[in-house]
Amino acid sequence: MRGFTGNDVPPASVYDQCVRCGLCLPTCPTYVETLIETSGPRGRIALIKAVDEGRLDLLSPGFVHQMSECLDCRACEAVCPSGVAYGQLLEPARTQIERATAGTQPAGRRLTRWFTLDGLFAHLSLMRFVAALLRFYQRSGLRGFARRSGLLRALGVERLEAMAPEFSERFFVPRGQEWVATSQPAKLTAFLHAGCVMQVAFAAVDEATVRVLQRAGCDVVAPRAQGCCGAIAIHAGDLERGRALAKKNIVAFERSGADAYVVNAAGCGSSLKEYGHLFADDPLWAERAAAFAAKVRDVTEFLDAVGLGPGLGAVNAVVTYQEPCHLAHAQRISAAPRRLLAAIPGLVLREMEESSLCCGSAGVYNVTQPEMAERLGRRKIANALATEAQVIATANPGCALQLTNGLRDAESAVIVKHVVELLDESYAAYKPTSRASSARAASTLG
Amino acid sequence: MSATVEPRISGELAAIVGPANVLTSDVDLLAYGYDGTWFESRPACVVLPATAAEVQAIHRLACRERLALTPRAMGSGLSGGSVPLAGSIVLNVMRMNRILEIDAVDGVAVVEPGVITADLQRAVEARGLFYPPDPSSLKQSAIGGNVAENAGGARCLKYGVTSDYVNALDVVLPGGELLRTGGRMVKNVTGYNLRALFTGAEGTLGTIVRVTLRLLARPRFTKTATAAFDRLEDAAAAVVAILGAGLLPTSIELMDQLTMRCVEEARPAGLPVESDALLLFAVDGNYAEIVDAELGRIVELAREHGAGATRVAADAQESARLWDARRSISPALARKTPHKLGEDISVPRSALVPMVRAIRAIAARNDLLIPVFGHAGDGNLHPNILCDRRDPAMMARVRVAAREIFEAAVAAGGTLSGEHGIGLLKKQFMELDLGADTLALMRRIKDAVDPLGIMNPGKVFPDPGGIDAFELP
Repeated sequence: MRGFTGNDVPPASVYDQCVRCGLCLPTCPTYVETLIETSGPRGRIALIKAVDEGRLDLLSPGFVHQMSECLDCRACEAVCPSGVAYGQLLEPARTQIERATAGTQPAGRRLTRWFTLDGLFAHLSLMRFVAALLRFYQRSGLRGFARRSGLLRALGVERLEAMAPEFSERFFVPRGQEWVATSQPAKLTAFLHAGCVMQVAFAAVDEATVRVLQRAGCDVVAPRAQGCCGAIAIHAGDLERGRALAKKNIVAFERSGADAYVVNAAGCGSSLKEYGHLFADDPLWAERAAAFAAKVRDVTEFLDAVGLGPGLGAVNAVVTYQEPCHLAHAQRISAAPRRLLAAIPGLVLREMEESSLCCGSAGVYNVTQPEMAERLGRRKIANALATEAQVIATANPGCALQLTNGLRDAESAVIVKHVVELLDESYAAYKPTSRASSARAASTLG
Repeated sequence: MSATVEPRISGELAAIVGPANVLTSDVDLLAYGYDGTWFESRPACVVLPATAAEVQAIHRLACRERLALTPRAMGSGLSGGSVPLAGSIVLNVMRMNRILEIDAVDGVAVVEPGVITADLQRAVEARGLFYPPDPSSLKQSAIGGNVAENAGGARCLKYGVTSDYVNALDVVLPGGELLRTGGRMVKNVTGYNLRALFTGAEGTLGTIVRVTLRLLARPRFTKTATAAFDRLEDAAAAVVAILGAGLLPTSIELMDQLTMRCVEEARPAGLPVESDALLLFAVDGNYAEIVDAELGRIVELAREHGAGATRVAADAQESARLWDARRSISPALARKTPHKLGEDISVPRSALVPMVRAIRAIAARNDLLIPVFGHAGDGNLHPNILCDRRDPAMMARVRVAAREIFEAAVAAGGTLSGEHGIGLLKKQFMELDLGADTLALMRRIKDAVDPLGIMNPGKVFPDPGGIDAFELP
């Protein structure tokens, strides 16, 4: 019977806190879809405990499946009255499985893993290069040819190709830019985390974030030395790679002298906020990592705290808000984005059912668990469309991608926007002279 | 470790419910081996039927093959009732989760056993109706389990327990027959009250497959207030005084200081952790002035009986925060020690003050932390013995303290369990409470309904020479 070995073992002190009350079950996306105890947080904790106690094999197919089927959405953690830090169990459990199977995985899978974790996410310049190639593929006639010719199906990448984001026309490359607040003196200086997927596929959101921060009275800096937050590596079980990336960001932020490390991707934000935990056993880095983590702010949390200031114009649209798991559950930020949306004149915020149930995106989940990802995606789109909103607002690139793909499959005209994009449109629509003209100049969507 | 069912049996089960709904893998057998207690026991397999007919077929197969069945819904119970002993097959009813009917004219809801209690409440409240029983686990427990354990809750003081709302039951008997008992009416005295027999039978007599629940009209206003006390006994005495003054609030909940501290650590709700005890009151009704007046009088009486700070919740949000805090107590206690033994004694109102005193004395005498909370208004208290099961010396003291709490409750005219059921946790104390004659009659009933003894073996009845709560893994 293989058990956990070496470092990064799920701590007994964490799983022992689970009293099995079951309150997490109705919040767990994979439980509500399957109604099977094993596919819920309480079951998964019991399995991790069983492996640690030598009652279950680390590589038993059921255990490997459950560790992979979990979305790591942390909905369970947010409701747990016993305070079980579920993520601190799941991530090392995945690391243990990765380590134990490192030599035995199929070559293709190892190659993909090496290319993504050691290549793309470790070197953002490489990511930009690959994204530029893909952008060329998407915008030239190549894509149409590949789709028509059946080449994609032949290569077995049809699904993957359809899921890829539309890459931005121009990327957002952090090169040490500095922007000043529109009203001086500036309230604070914000370090903008440009992200990895954000900067190539959602560059417009990064640009909107800069403008909105400026309008909210902040100076903004985007130092070149920053990198990927490490979430992709950490969730895939490669904690060492995650730590290497984390160190880069800690140093970049320390050198910048900024007041806050502002992030517009909820997944990145929750990883960045956990740096303290990531380095808890490292005496050299523990303190610096904890100090860094304390300064990380999701952009919605940050704007809600500093205030939007005057100058918001009308955005006449019905909007529903999809809560990113890594915002609502991992960071417990639920009210701030809603307050920001509600502050936009003309905007009607209409709540959907199950707004905090995972949409099925969850990092690379729609690649590793396509079937469950699709079930959850369909459930989410149905809930969103039932509100008859014109826009689904969210705050995370993974969710935006999953929602966009889901809407396309449903042949819906509803569009997806980041909360800061709506704020940006609102500032842009502002007409200081007369109320009547500002209503006429209101942004039109879709 | 008990064996997994033979392929022949799992094949037959798969023919009944479909192969995807028979679970035999190592991970599934681990995950269906527990409930909300610390017990764990590996089932022989897990079967997930979707209809009453499938449940009947499973029962017939079990009967023919002499296989034990343990019915289970959400597995959130606090007495070990759904833990599969003796290589039982877990019969999980969570796929039977439809609300079949909400009938405002007859004032009933007809539901399948896998409906989550909070979901039912939301659905009926949207129609202006009301299902009062509100176990603290209402978000994670299902009606089937609530009926099987005869669950209670905070509102029982005014509205009564689950069995007061069970107008009719469909139960699959051990041999596979479908028993339909009761009707849509409130009044129904034709024959023995079988629905009362199956409510609270903890799955030892059959599997509940459909429940007709009585609904009331939803009260239009509910208000919440709190009163903090410097002495736990004063809080208990205030409860007696308030009820003695002819007031009947929806709920009177008690939490002592240790309880409040655990809850505040888990999720700050603004509880007065410096006080020795807190009473939480709810009053409901259809006229705001009357609700306000009653709550005002309650707060006044609390002050007269030693309450320091009192507060009426300003709005629905503040009330919701307080009640969420109340419902989170049981799991929040896990923050102090890795384990806890949650008790559920119920005593007559007149014994409330001496009982609270007795629990404190038992805790001191055995050098244990025993936070006290519960539904003080109806005398149902939850002393939870905090412990670490890896510490044998401590567990020996826990064992003594548990017995002393039961003995004190029974001596005061009370009982072992107010709302959690007996399950595994309290079965060894049954004779202490019921006496030999009553227990013997219960055994005769069990043998008559389940002559093969296949339904939920090892539960409710004391097990001479068998395992008790402290010997199980």
